[in-house]
This record gives sequence, C-alpha cells and structure tokens, in this order.
Amino acid sequence: MAQPTRVALLLTCLCDAFEDGVARAAVEVLEHAGCEVAFPADQTCCGQPAYTAGDLAAARAVVRHALATFGEDVPVVAPAASCVAFLRHAPALFDEGSAERAAAAALAARVHELCEFVAQRTGGAWPGRLRARVAVHRPCHARGGGTWQAVERLVGSIDGVTLVPVAESEACCGFGGVFSVTHPHLSRTLGVLRTEDLVGGAPDVVVSPDLSCLLHLRGLAARAGRPLAARHVAELLRDSLAGTA
Amino acid sequence: MRPLDVDVFAARVAPAVRAAVRASSAATAAAREAAFARDVPDPAALRDLAARIRAHALDHLPELLERAEERLTAHGAHVHWAADAGAARDVVRRVFAERGVTHVAKSKSMATEEIGLAAHLAAHGITPVETDLGEFLVQIEGDRPSHVVKPVIHMDRARIARAFERRGLGPYDDRPEEITRRARMHLRGEFLRAGGAVSGANFLVAESGRIVIVTNEGNSRFGLGAARVHVAVVGIEKLVPRDRDLAVLLNVLARSATGQAFTSYVELVQGPRAPGRADGASELHVVLLDAGRSALLASEARDVLRCIRCGACMNVCPVYRAATGHAYPGTYPGPLGAVLAPHLAGASAAATASASSLCGACADVCPVAIPLPELIAAERARGVAEGTAPGPSLAAWEALATRPRAWRAALRAARLLNAVPDALAPHPLLRAWLGERTLPAWRGGAFRDWWRRRGDAR
Repeated sequence: MAQPTRVALLLTCLCDAFEDGVARAAVEVLEHAGCEVAFPADQTCCGQPAYTAGDLAAARAVVRHALATFGEDVPVVAPAASCVAFLRHAPALFDEGSAERAAAAALAARVHELCEFVAQRTGGAWPGRLRARVAVHRPCHARGGGTWQAVERLVGSIDGVTLVPVAESEACCGFGGVFSVTHPHLSRTLGVLRTEDLVGGAPDVVVSPDLSCLLHLRGLAARAGRPLAARHVAELLRDSLAGTA
Repeated sequence: MRPLDVDVFAARVAPAVRAAVRASSAATAAAREAAFARDVPDPAALRDLAARIRAHALDHLPELLERAEERLTAHGAHVHWAADAGAARDVVRRVFAERGVTHVAKSKSMATEEIGLAAHLAAHGITPVETDLGEFLVQIEGDRPSHVVKPVIHMDRARIARAFERRGLGPYDDRPEEITRRARMHLRGEFLRAGGAVSGANFLVAESGRIVIVTNEGNSRFGLGAARVHVAVVGIEKLVPRDRDLAVLLNVLARSATGQAFTSYVELVQGPRAPGRADGASELHVVLLDAGRSALLASEARDVLRCIRCGACMNVCPVYRAATGHAYPGTYPGPLGAVLAPHLAGASAAATASASSLCGACADVCPVAIPLPELIAAERARGVAEGTAPGPSLAAWEALATRPRAWRAALRAARLLNAVPDALAPHPLLRAWLGERTLPAWRGGAFRDWWRRRGDAR
C-alpha cells in the first residue's frame, strides 16, 4: 500500500467516557484503510452540548479549545456523525471576518465522519466477512453530508451482510442533546417509534455512525427490559475483518 | 428536571389522536415528495428561486408595501394599516358595523386566527361563519386549529359526526361524503345570508395590487360572490414583487402543502367589483397587519418571514407528529411555531424553542429554504441570554472541557459513579437521563489507557 495518510482521531466525549471499545475499533478500521492515526491528548468535547442548550458562549469556548487541539493540518476523523456535523456548523458561531471564524472554517473543511473518510479511500468497499442481517440507523446529523450513504456502501459490501430496509429511514431517534432531558416524554416516544422501525425487518443487529443515538436507544430499551442489539458501525467493520483469513 | 410545556401536553395526547396525526403527516409528506419528484426536474433550483423571491420581497418590504397601497387604492380598494392585533380587529369590526353588516362569511386565514378576529366580531354582534370545512369544525367545537393547512387533523370522523349532530345538522352519520354534503348544504345558506366576507391572503402582489387566495373547497369564491363588503387581513410579509412571481410560489405552495400540482381554486382579487362585472364585493378593504412582523424583520429570525404557510415543516417534524399542534402556544405549531411563538406569542412562550431535537427534517423540506434548525437554536440561545427560557447549566462541563488536565482527571474520578445509585446521581441532567434510560458503565479514560499501552508496546 502507498505511504500511510496521517489522520487525527477525534475521540468524542462519549467514547472518552463510556465507549472506548468503539474508539479502539475506529482506530483499527482507519489503520486497515491505510492511515497512521494520531491522538491529540488534550482533546475534550466538540462543544455541541452547549449549542443545543442555547449557551453559545460556552459552545464558543469549547470550540476554541478544539481549534487549538486540532491545529495540525491533517484530516480529523471522528466515529460520530453528530460531532462532525457540529464542527462543520461551528464557523457560524463566530463573527464574520474574524480569525476564529477562519480557523473554524479551516477545521470544518478537514473534519470527516469515519465511514465517509474510509469509503472515500476504499471506493466504498470493505473487505470483511460476516453473516448478518443489518439495519442501518441514519442519524439526523448524517443528513446531506453523504454519511449514511457511505455507511450503507461499506456495510453492504461486507461479504455475507444483508442490509435490511428501515421504515421512515431518516426519522429522528429523539435524543437531541438536552432535548432528551428537557422533553423526557417526547424523547422516549420518539425513541420507541424509532426502535420499532429499526427492528421491524428483524435484523440481527442495528448499526449507527453516531453513538449518541445508540446511547439513547439502548438506554431506553434496557430500561424497558428489552435490550436492543445495536452497535456502532466501527465495531461491525472491525469485527468483519476477523472473518477474513 | 421539570418537563417543559410542550412535553407535558405531549404526555397527555390520546394514543389514537397521535396515531392519526402521525399517519396523516406521513401521508402528506410522502405526497409532497412524490409531487416534486414527478413534476419538477430540478427541485433544488426551484426552491432556490422561491427562496430568493421571498428574500427579495423582505429586503424591499417598505417600497413594495407603498407600491401595493398605491395600486390597491388606484383600483378602488381601501387600505388600512394595523400596527397590532387590536388595531386590526377594530378596523375590521368598524368596517362591517358602519355598513350594517351582521353576518360575515370567513375563509381560512392564519392571520385572522392570530388576531382572534372571529371571537372579537362575535362579541360585537357580528356573526362570523367559518366556511372552510376544517375551520367550520373548529368553530362549532369551540376548538383551535392544530395545523396551518389541516386545522382539524386532530379530530376523527366520529367526533366530527357528533359535533354535526349537536349542531342540528342531522342525525349521527360519520361517512365523509355525508359530512361534506351536510356542511355544503348548511354553508350555502350562510353564504346567502352574509353581507360581508373576511379572508386572509396567501400573497399580495405589489406591481398589480392583486390579492391571491388559494383554497381547495371554493369557499372563498362563494364568500366573495355573495358579499357586499370584502375585508382581507394580510400580514405585511405576504408581499411579492410581481405577478409572474406567483408562477413559482403557487407551484411550490401546492406541492409542499398537499402534494397537489395546483390548488383547486386560486382567487386573484384586484380591487372591488368593476362596473359591468357579474360578481365580486362592491367594497374591498385591505388590512395590512404588522403585529410584531416589523420587529421580527429587524431580528436575527427575519428569514422565518419568508414562510408561505405550506405546513411541510410540521408534517415531517418528529416532535410535531408526537406532540400534535395543540402542544404549541400561539397560532403556529411545529418548527415554524418554535421560531415564531417566542416572538408572536409573548415571553411566556420563549421555551417553545426548546421543543425540537434539531433533527433538520424541516430544513430539508422547506420550499423557501428557511434555515429552521439554526433559527430554533438561535431562539433557544436568545431565551437563555435574556433569561426568558433558561436552559440547564453547563458551567461545570464548560470548565472541564476547556481544561484538558482537569477533563482527564474528572473522567477517571467519575468512574466512582458506577457505585452510586441512580437516584443519587450528582447532576440534575444525569438524574433526568436516568429517569427514562439506563447508562452503560462509566469507563472514563479507558481509551487513553489503551492508547498509551499500545504506544509503549510499539
């Protein structure tokens, strides 16, 4: 393979706190796709929680920290469509013409969701093998960016995988950041509806390029006593490599 | 954490009502998508054009309003300027009272809904009859519309049949054809009785002074046919520069609202009845309604004034579908209401902007490209900044997220949380989350440990 491409991993706060396994899978997927992964250790969060809570000053402060942390001019890759979408939106938080806005725009231009980045490098193919019926959850923050298309191309190209269609394919899971706690009833209602659609085609597993949706959907399902077999797409891609010799 | 009003309402929505609203919304959303796919080679280009026409109109609103007033006056119409809802109600009442009009046929109009016109007229001895079937049902049920295009989407046919029976329109019969037939028979009499007609307007064309009213029932046409005096209440944002702009806007309005290629009836009213013409009211009054619109135009939320009230944003909104339209304070539900309510329904409605998961479905379907999620987020931020709708505090999170050493230390320290019962979780956000859901085990810093070990091993 050609010279490895250096990329910086945006870990995301959820992986930092709960799902180190997803981040490890993301690193292995990137390395398999010919990347040399760097991990800027000073990273914290992208700033989105404050944006959804309406605290723009706090959001700006945390984005500034991210700009400083990811200053090296290499692609920044995250196993999270949501954080990527927020960082692409972040320039709008700063005054037009300001240096911060320019820096945010520069970061926005080189931040990528994991599957988008990998699919672009591999032409959409993933050389794994796994017998499974898979339903793909399309997170809202994958709208318009080509993310879910990349997820479905990669997962669909795994030898043995059948993609199961999902009704209301782009419906929101009901997480929505602070919405999930300020509007508990609606958040739960939307989560239950989403889950019904996701499992409607009897998949073996649900995958998502966004951990926040999964944390919410799995949390609801577990509380209701009916665990949901759902994983981050990075884990599925990584595990499918074990099926190859 | 106490749930907010929209959520409290949503918790009480009857399952059958929620299912009906969801199914109807999904069907209309699908019809919209099919109509654009079938008829429009480049929907994005059409949307861009429609958005630019509306944005241009807002950028030139003072000139367009002057021009419209001049054209309307030249055609013999009377133009009234109403700074607020009260002024608008007064002028409409006066016009009818001074001319001895005691019955008015009203066609569907969100602007008149916004100013509470029907109740005001009724309180002053002028009987308003809603002639749109949905609005008629709202009126006889003492209800309020729950959608800008489909006002009774929350009512099922049994409730409608019972309402008709109570109203003396015949014994219980819930067949849609029979309900429609009875409404038609009843309303014919009302049309003949009405000396006045009240309408809104979908558009007002500056260059011609034409008022545009679209309906699917033809009720507006009947109303204008029978009335001596027609009063149109028109929000000042309804201006469009030229007649030819209607070619774009009517095309996107019908498809976005109902999936139709064109609305069944499109009235173009240019002044009162001209000599020699067979129909039309002999007097036309146009009330140009501000009621907060000028302030909105000067605010960060100005783009929402591009809205052509098609309802597409609510049809696709997951929160609207689950909460239904009555959950929202003010006249306008859904994502539109989340932006408008804090401006038009008073400071107590500021928290409406939090009733959104910011999923972005509305932005995808808006025919005039209003950036609704961004506007909702901006309203939310304004409510926090102005203290009218304070959000949960993220001060502790911000302090850690800007200090990497403290962040790393806190991630590790928080592993102690795994031993803490849910009810004793140390932050209100966390307790609220745990009220509905479990959390996986806290493994703060575990990736960082793995990364370091891996580096050491290489």
